[in-house]
Amino acid sequence: MSSAPPAPAENSGLPGTAGAVFVAGLRIVWRYVRNQPMRFTLAMIGATGYAAGAVGTAWVLGAVTDQLVIPAFDRGVSTQAAAVGAAAIVGVGLVRAGSILLRRYNGGLTGLRTRVDLRKQVTDTLLAAPMEYHRSRPTGELLAHADADVQASTEVLDPLAFSVGVLVLVAFSLVALFVVDPWIALVALVLFPSLAVLNRAYTNRVATLVARVQVCLAEVAGVAHESFDGALAVKTLGIADAETERMRVAANNLRDARVAVGRVRAVFEPAIDTLPGLGIIVVALVGAVRIGAGTMDPGGLVAAAALFGLLAFPVRIVGFFLQELPRSVVATGRIDRVLAVPPGPQPGVGVTVPDGPVSLRFDHVGFSWPDGSTVLDDVSFSVAPGEVVALVGATGSGKTTLCELVVRLMDPTSGVIEVADIDVTTLDPASLRRTVALVFQESFLFADPLRTNVDLSGELSGEQLAEVAGIAHAQEFVLATPQGWDTPVGERGVSLSGGQRQRLALARALARQPRVLILDDATSAIDPVVEAGVLANLRRSMSATTLVIAHGLATIRLADRVVFLADGRVAADGRHTDLLNVPAYAELVRAYERGTDGEEAP
Amino acid sequence: MSVEAPAPAADMAEAPAPAGAIAVLRRALHTSPGLLRGVRTTVMLALFGAAGRVVVPVLVQQVLDEGILGSEGVQVSFVAWATGISALLVLAVMFASRFTYLRVVTIAEETLADLRVRAFAHIHRFSVADLDETRRGVLTARVTSDVETVARFAQWGAIAWVVNPIVIVVLVIVLVVYSWQMAVVVVVALLPLLPILRFLQKRQLRAYDRVRTRVSQTLTALSEIVMGAGAVRAYGIEKRSKERMATAIDAQFVAERRALFFVTSSFTTSDLAGSVVTAIVVAIGVVFGPGWGLDAGSLVATLFLVTLIVGPVTELNEILDQTQSAVAGWRKVLDVIDTPVEVVEPVDGVPLPPGPITLRTEHLCFAYRTGPLVLDDVNLELPPGAHVAVVGETGSGKSTLVRLLTRLADPTEGRILVAGVDLRRVDPLSRQARIRLVPQDSFLFDTTVGRNVALGRIGADEADVAAAFADLDLGWWVDQLPQGLDTPVGERGDQLSVGERQLVALARAQLADPGLLILDEATSAVDSVTERALASALERVSAGRTTVSVAHRLSTAEGADLVLVFDGGRLVEQGAHAELVTAGGRYAELYGSWLGGTREPPVPPG
Repeated sequence: MSSAPPAPAENSGLPGTAGAVFVAGLRIVWRYVRNQPMRFTLAMIGATGYAAGAVGTAWVLGAVTDQLVIPAFDRGVSTQAAAVGAAAIVGVGLVRAGSILLRRYNGGLTGLRTRVDLRKQVTDTLLAAPMEYHRSRPTGELLAHADADVQASTEVLDPLAFSVGVLVLVAFSLVALFVVDPWIALVALVLFPSLAVLNRAYTNRVATLVARVQVCLAEVAGVAHESFDGALAVKTLGIADAETERMRVAANNLRDARVAVGRVRAVFEPAIDTLPGLGIIVVALVGAVRIGAGTMDPGGLVAAAALFGLLAFPVRIVGFFLQELPRSVVATGRIDRVLAVPPGPQPGVGVTVPDGPVSLRFDHVGFSWPDGSTVLDDVSFSVAPGEVVALVGATGSGKTTLCELVVRLMDPTSGVIEVADIDVTTLDPASLRRTVALVFQESFLFADPLRTNVDLSGELSGEQLAEVAGIAHAQEFVLATPQGWDTPVGERGVSLSGGQRQRLALARALARQPRVLILDDATSAIDPVVEAGVLANLRRSMSATTLVIAHGLATIRLADRVVFLADGRVAADGRHTDLLNVPAYAELVRAYERGTDGEEAP
Repeated sequence: MSVEAPAPAADMAEAPAPAGAIAVLRRALHTSPGLLRGVRTTVMLALFGAAGRVVVPVLVQQVLDEGILGSEGVQVSFVAWATGISALLVLAVMFASRFTYLRVVTIAEETLADLRVRAFAHIHRFSVADLDETRRGVLTARVTSDVETVARFAQWGAIAWVVNPIVIVVLVIVLVVYSWQMAVVVVVALLPLLPILRFLQKRQLRAYDRVRTRVSQTLTALSEIVMGAGAVRAYGIEKRSKERMATAIDAQFVAERRALFFVTSSFTTSDLAGSVVTAIVVAIGVVFGPGWGLDAGSLVATLFLVTLIVGPVTELNEILDQTQSAVAGWRKVLDVIDTPVEVVEPVDGVPLPPGPITLRTEHLCFAYRTGPLVLDDVNLELPPGAHVAVVGETGSGKSTLVRLLTRLADPTEGRILVAGVDLRRVDPLSRQARIRLVPQDSFLFDTTVGRNVALGRIGADEADVAAAFADLDLGWWVDQLPQGLDTPVGERGDQLSVGERQLVALARAQLADPGLLILDEATSAVDSVTERALASALERVSAGRTTVSVAHRLSTAEGADLVLVFDGGRLVEQGAHAELVTAGGRYAELYGSWLGGTREPPVPPG
């Protein structure tokens, strides 16, 4: 899951005190496991069984020492006795292994299933969310909600069952040790807390260093990406040495960060490994004294030593759990904010567009973003059935927003848009989509075969597909791909140029046989010669009511009429030749023309 | 499975046999001799650390046999001495482990940082043909993820390889000292564990490969919902997207559940194996032990040693695959470093003179690797200061000509003479300064406008940058940027429009003051204000310089001193625009379709 950027800094969005974080974290954990009662219960049974099995193992080893091993070298034992001893060890081993299986598998499933639920909730919310929500946030952030945030909020569930098991184990062990000998239990009472403290110190110190490694790693990847992406620039500018120096700095920073982590690890790892051993050594001394005093058996000593050995690793698991809690609190907070986003425009009440050619009308349409910036202000004009209107205006004049309002990506903040004299907000969504097709400038292609990208509904015959592709000049390059219409798009398939993408998107719109066609600068990346052909085809074969955002004379020429937008308002409306008397329009068009023609600007 | 096998699976498939691993290690040592620095001390420390692992079991045995069960009863003073010495030993081992770990990590990280930088520098020496879009991702992976597989190995695996075999050997030696018969029993009882763990591990890895495939499919479905939000809504396909997302999430879950199952199985198997071997040792030990000269203490110590052996054996199994990926990753990085460079820079290069440069090509031919000729016997002669337009359809050889003129590749036959000198003999620094390419979509680095322009000439400062903009009459454009020259341009310059990026690229070229300027025109339309700025900047930047423009616009060809028409890799026509139109050849044909598609009757000035 590396495609989404890492979640933002962890210290944001946390409740004030460590205690509050702990409580909030436990509440979140409870909220998640409550939805997986079966898996969680089985995991808990496994965790408890594991603790019992571990203490049982130590106890059996002690008993075997006293009743089998020592007598064996004293006076010999029967084969049956040996078999019973071996069976006891295997038996308690099976209990332990079985409960490990139960705990790990079900504990793991608790997390996996919770992730499935959260991912579906988040993606459903994103699908229903209004376009304004999508526009107001960086893509990376939205991706991270469904990906990195879901992961981070639930990772605490992975060590959960084991942690609970360890707490039970520690409790059982203390009881068992008290049964063996109170003095030995006292050694444990000193040892376990110091292991916990050592662990805590370790995770605390290593956490920031590991975070630093991640930052350095991202830096190295960033330099490599950018530098090879711009390989041509690096070569032609002759800055390869400077680039190598940049990489050297990044690589050395990463090295230093890793060595810093290594330094901390080198101190703590051996210490944590050594502590249980030291415990056993102390136990041996105390045990010998107690055995000498006759208050303890040698078997008790063996059992105690075995228990100390068993506890060494599991105590660390609790550390992982505590480390994950704050991350979970922050990520869950972010997910909850996404889930609270209300769905976008309410679908219409089921009015459908009647058959036949339709008109398009903008009636005092205004639009402002939630932050208050006005994009469109009192826009009124209409497009007669079958008419082609070019929408012309400088960058930022509101052309694209106007197009998007027709298909209800957003709804106007004031005024009404009508298709066939029906307010689009009352139209049945399916009917609206059947009637109106919008082609974006930046067309999104699905990671599907080319055919599916054009024929979204899967209803077209081969001839129909060839026809729309022909109009859009897409047929030729599609057939030149390795598998023709079955060639997948994207990483595992073909990569298409901007112009080819636009041609496919155009074919996709035509495939629906729309009665209103809206082209948002949809041919801008197509080679001028090909574009001319596409536009001529459109003019010839289409009877749709058409609104086209024009950035060049070629598209303006396609239109019966021109609507000139300036600063979100209609500045002029009429035939191209008439509008040339409007100075602002004439200047804009001259600039377009110079792009494709030889005229010099005055 | 094989149909959708993702890249990592392919990596695994190439994982070399042990002999391959040794060969890679040999190459690695040749490339990075620093790896062996202080290796003897490191191994000695590891040996000591490994030996230390047996201190505790041996102590338990000694305390039981000599201190407690001995003929003279409990000997507290002996136990006190034994535990005291053990405690010191254990602490000494702790320090030894610390230094072992630190030494391995430091050397590994130093080696890797160096390897990374060398691979990076070497890749920049590759010809542009090797740096095309498809190869770029792979090469980026060489200096990132491939080095990372080695780094991950260095963090855990490398230490385990140094320490664990020693630990196992030492433990077996101690077992043999207690009783060789018992040692045989332990080894034989443990042997069946190896194939079982291997099997589970292989299944687990395959399961994880599938998880990776499924995760990328989930991300694809997710990108449809996020990046395609507009398209999904405009086409009313929310239901389809929702179903696809749910399918992808469920499929990922199934794959993850399978992987979870195998992970759990391996872990459980190792744990159970410990119990079974312990039981066998107890049963055989109590029955035959007295006859083999064992005593109670050494049998108990043997039990502890069994638990200690299972750990490293399991760990070695787990890191075996990590090791294979690391070896494969390392080999790929070494392969990059060992790839010969095609365009070799001259040692004592000839510097180019100041002023506009004459350009001449003689029988210029070029083919990519084993491909057909993309340039075929091109002969050119351009006087200094000429403005030349190159036209032709996609694939006619225009872009290849550009590459050869800037020495992004060398001709397969024939030669290029700039200011009378063979381009291959020109000093690289002089070439990079005097011959400048402005590509179609200029690449900007993720920094400020000013710094991007400053890259145009080594050592240029802010005043030089401002002057370059002023020379092109673009001072006003800089002034209207939010932070002037300090305005950040974003990743690949995406905060600027295509046209604005072009302005920055022209300023960059102006700063270099080249004698030969090669312009690859952009095809896409830009807004009117930028368009006007571009036109005047282009005119100013090319003034007094030999200029070769790959023309996508009629106006460029019309305004050029000379038009070169390429078709199928050959220079088919050359001459002034008007001449060629009247001649009625290939150019006239191109001109016709160009005109038919776009030209309007001229707009009356308003």
